[in-house]
Amino acid sequence: MFTVALYLLAAAATVISLTRDRKKTAKALRIASNSFLRILPDFGTVLALVGIMLTFLSPAIISAVLGRQSGLWGMLAAAVVGSTTLIPGFVAFPLAKSLLDCGAGVPQIAIFVSTLMMVGVVTAPLETKYFSKRVTFIRNGLSFLFSFLVAYVMGAIIR
Amino acid sequence: MKGLPKTYRYLVAALAFDLIVLAVHPGTGITLFRRTGSIVLEMLGVLPPIFVLLGLLEVWVPRETVIRFLGEKSGFVGISLSFLLGAAAAGPLYAAFPVAATMLRKGARFTNVLILLYAWSTLKLPMFLFETSALGADFSVTRMLINVPGIAALTWLTNLLVGRTEREAIYARYANQSGPAQ
Repeated sequence: MFTVALYLLAAAATVISLTRDRKKTAKALRIASNSFLRILPDFGTVLALVGIMLTFLSPAIISAVLGRQSGLWGMLAAAVVGSTTLIPGFVAFPLAKSLLDCGAGVPQIAIFVSTLMMVGVVTAPLETKYFSKRVTFIRNGLSFLFSFLVAYVMGAIIR
Repeated sequence: MKGLPKTYRYLVAALAFDLIVLAVHPGTGITLFRRTGSIVLEMLGVLPPIFVLLGLLEVWVPRETVIRFLGEKSGFVGISLSFLLGAAAAGPLYAAFPVAATMLRKGARFTNVLILLYAWSTLKLPMFLFETSALGADFSVTRMLINVPGIAALTWLTNLLVGRTEREAIYARYANQSGPAQ
């Protein structure tokens, strides 16, 4: 859905741009392809690593490891797994559901979902390229800590 | 791997590892290539159109306009725009990096860039129904209610910890290049 909307938006914008100014549009597309190709080797590396990770740390293995964990150790384990893996959203939510079914508590699931979305260890080199080491470290570090807060609050509210 | 440019070294190493696994243990190897393929497809689902949109933005939207709506003095408008832009995204966080880069180059305020990053990473409004159906409304609504003030607090704290010198260094780096991403 999001992909379709995004491609339609990009196509419509390109067509409108073409009708207004061909030269400018050509320049825009050149800028787009140049910056895409420039970052592609780094993205390729990240994606290859994620592919390896998803194979050896498959959803089945993750739920086996995290499913029965509880307490602070369970939260820590969930936070570490969530931070180091990069799982697409449409896989992540069903995976979280299966963790819940396996007996993991709400705080563990919350911290897993939160770190999965906010903390990216594999994408850190990429983030560093775009911003800086310091910004990457601070953003990921704070997100990691924030996820614990989210987990505690959610664990207290949801029974 | 001496002759390879540094950027390709890790990619080649990872692919070599994939091939070794395929040779040693074909079953795992096939899973490996299938999983990698689905990740590549996900990337292709978001990045190319984002780069096209950023390219168009680069040539059509003047720096002054970005500064007016997202810059130092954009106030509440800038905060809301960055928040909505981030919240409307469903793609992985790495897709937000080139967007943030274009914002930085065009003179957007640093805190607005942070709001975009934090909102993009954790809100994912287009996935809200999906999250609700998988984990229940209690879970998704509570998480969102914590996240909204959380994004504000995280932005404030990150900005404080990053500091002025580092901010200026990042802006200076972006001032010297063209194209939506480096």
